[in-house]
Amino acid sequence: MYKIVEKKALAPQIFLMDIEAPRVAKSAKPGQFVIIKMDEKGERLPLTISNFDAEKGTVTIVVQTIGCSTKEMEKYEIGDSFSDFVGPLGQASELMSESIEELKKKKIVFVAGGLGTAPVYPQVKWLSEQGVKADVIIGAKGKDYVIMEDEMKKVAGNVYPCTDDGSYGYKGLVTNKLKELVQNEDKKYDLVIAIGPMIMMKFVCQLTEELGISTIVSMNPIMVDGTGMCGGCRLTVDGETKFACVDGPEFDGHKVDFAEAMRRQTMYKSQETSKTEGIKPGCGLEGGTK
Amino acid sequence: MSIKKRVPIAEQNPKIRATNFEEVCLGYTQDEAVEEASRCLNCKKPMCVTKCPVAIDIPGFIQHVKNREFAEAVKVVAKYSALPAVCGRVCPQETQCESKCILGIKGDAIAIGKLERFVGDYSREYNVDISQTKPKNGKKVAVIGSGPSGLTCAGDLAKDGYDVTIFEALHEAGGVLVYGIPEFRLPKDTVVKHEVENVKKLGVKLETNVIVGRTVTINQLMEEEDFKAVFIGSGAGLPMFMGIPGENLNGVFSANEFLTRSNLMKAFKEGYRTPIRVGARVAVVGGGNVAMDSVRTAVRLGAEGHIVYRRSESELPARAEEVHHAKEEGVIMDLLVNPVEILGDEKGNVIGMKCIRMELGAPDASGRRRPIEIKGSEFTMDVDTVIMSLGTSPNPLIPLTTEGLDINKRKCIIAEDETGLTSIDKVYAGGDAVSGAATVILAMEAGKKAAKAINEMLIK
Repeated sequence: MYKIVEKKALAPQIFLMDIEAPRVAKSAKPGQFVIIKMDEKGERLPLTISNFDAEKGTVTIVVQTIGCSTKEMEKYEIGDSFSDFVGPLGQASELMSESIEELKKKKIVFVAGGLGTAPVYPQVKWLSEQGVKADVIIGAKGKDYVIMEDEMKKVAGNVYPCTDDGSYGYKGLVTNKLKELVQNEDKKYDLVIAIGPMIMMKFVCQLTEELGISTIVSMNPIMVDGTGMCGGCRLTVDGETKFACVDGPEFDGHKVDFAEAMRRQTMYKSQETSKTEGIKPGCGLEGGTK
Repeated sequence: MSIKKRVPIAEQNPKIRATNFEEVCLGYTQDEAVEEASRCLNCKKPMCVTKCPVAIDIPGFIQHVKNREFAEAVKVVAKYSALPAVCGRVCPQETQCESKCILGIKGDAIAIGKLERFVGDYSREYNVDISQTKPKNGKKVAVIGSGPSGLTCAGDLAKDGYDVTIFEALHEAGGVLVYGIPEFRLPKDTVVKHEVENVKKLGVKLETNVIVGRTVTINQLMEEEDFKAVFIGSGAGLPMFMGIPGENLNGVFSANEFLTRSNLMKAFKEGYRTPIRVGARVAVVGGGNVAMDSVRTAVRLGAEGHIVYRRSESELPARAEEVHHAKEEGVIMDLLVNPVEILGDEKGNVIGMKCIRMELGAPDASGRRRPIEIKGSEFTMDVDTVIMSLGTSPNPLIPLTTEGLDINKRKCIIAEDETGLTSIDKVYAGGDAVSGAATVILAMEAGKKAAKAINEMLIK
């Protein structure tokens, strides 16, 4: 059993949890994810790691309640436990395989969409520890939905919040903000790392292709085991089939077939009704909640 | 009953069982088992034993069954195997022990598998104590993977007094017994769980949710956690695909994914939250036991099930019993047929599979006649789900994260035949991780040999 030692709301429908998992906390690296199974009947839910503390033995996850399983998860309180917590899964961020000298020469900007802000944080934090200050664009629906801005400011260069409704920061999409930074404010970025909803990552990649900036995305497809066994998370990258769980989750965004990836995320949509009869409405569909 | 004829065994009616996940074969009653056991000639030089990968004293346990000394029979089998109720169900006895039975020359070979199953089930139902071990010696051994090879290796080492910990990547122990083989062939909550419990009763510790290579490395286990030896039994879990157009359409699954959702995650049961997608007509591509398991699962979930295999029936790699059961349950065999392309609608859902008919040519390297395409014979199968069951390969994670661990070009870990020793000192491997996908019992044999070698190394 894996105990919840901290829980707090970050925004409407978004909450954070610190979970006791000493082995995972010790081996986790930025860019990796975990799988949680809440109880006997639960699904295996992939969630990105948003922080970890090897000394305390805890791993932080940030969750958005978008389906039955995540709504169920929201009911868990400090002191409760999940039956299963496994990780870290996937490859560490590609940044970690580059030399610090190379990284210091680069201007890096992260584009974080909604919940994607959570997995961006450990990468920005790690860069900061290496003496590299990256910029971060945080996108959200409105002011109340901007998460982790204060933490981010402590480790990032510039932080640019953007809201769809203009209630906070820049009014408009993250792609417009990025375009403005590059074209009007003369920012010269060598690398964009985009993490967020697939549709956002797709549009960021379209833009950065025009702008000629290398872009890494973190994919969040449906998966079961997370160790390469099921192949449910397969994606086409540069014409080749890749498994997001073991080959990723990060890929060269300009080579990902987003149309296929987005279509595959709907794989179980038609099963929703049949599977949930006799259970609870809205249950049974949690693939890709990362 | 003539000595030539096997005592028949009860099975669920095919029409009924095709709609449920209860076990197909119901097993012998005590009287039936005794009657079948009485046919055994108790040969002086039992040939059956020579064909058993773990060399169970087959006539020995059968004589106890014949004499109604069932608990004694349990103890005889337990000396050799930790998984009798599993092996009695899933071993290919017809090509192993039973193939050498003298009775088989003029009649039916004795039903060794069914009797082993009877003994395994008796042990569970009557709670026979088989937890005896040598005094603890305090030496720690790590076993990676809780499938057949890992459980066997761990069990044998625990019997020899070692302090064994099994590290399992998934949330439940059993490996392929839990995620791969369906409930209707191998019940999980009763049979598998019980045999895993038996291994734990020997003092073996089990840590689930530990992915060796990610959560912890072999190096860390040996240097930071004081394990004196490591056995890698991580299996062959990676699915293969054909590489034909349309394989990433919605509705195409690896057999691994389909079976894992149904078996491990229990998607077939109400109340379990993992979804499973099965359409009205399902094509399972492949002809092995995993293909039969997949198609029979699809039938039970309400679909019309097809096996699509590029050779003919006599080349099917699946056990004859599985093919027979599948046909009884209404599975349609589309033989000498090979998929060329999977077709999708504008939303990316599978709406058909383009195939080509095949004929058999001269034998290939495997000794089986090579399938050759018949030109111009393309046709489209009307299916909405395709399950690829083309075999699996070992997971590269451990070799990738363990410096000095050699693998061959099939990604299998290189290990000595008799001991399982790998290219790293004190690190052993066995089962599908070494052989590529094979059987439960061969994995158990490898686990046994490695346990013996580890004991000989550490006892010095």
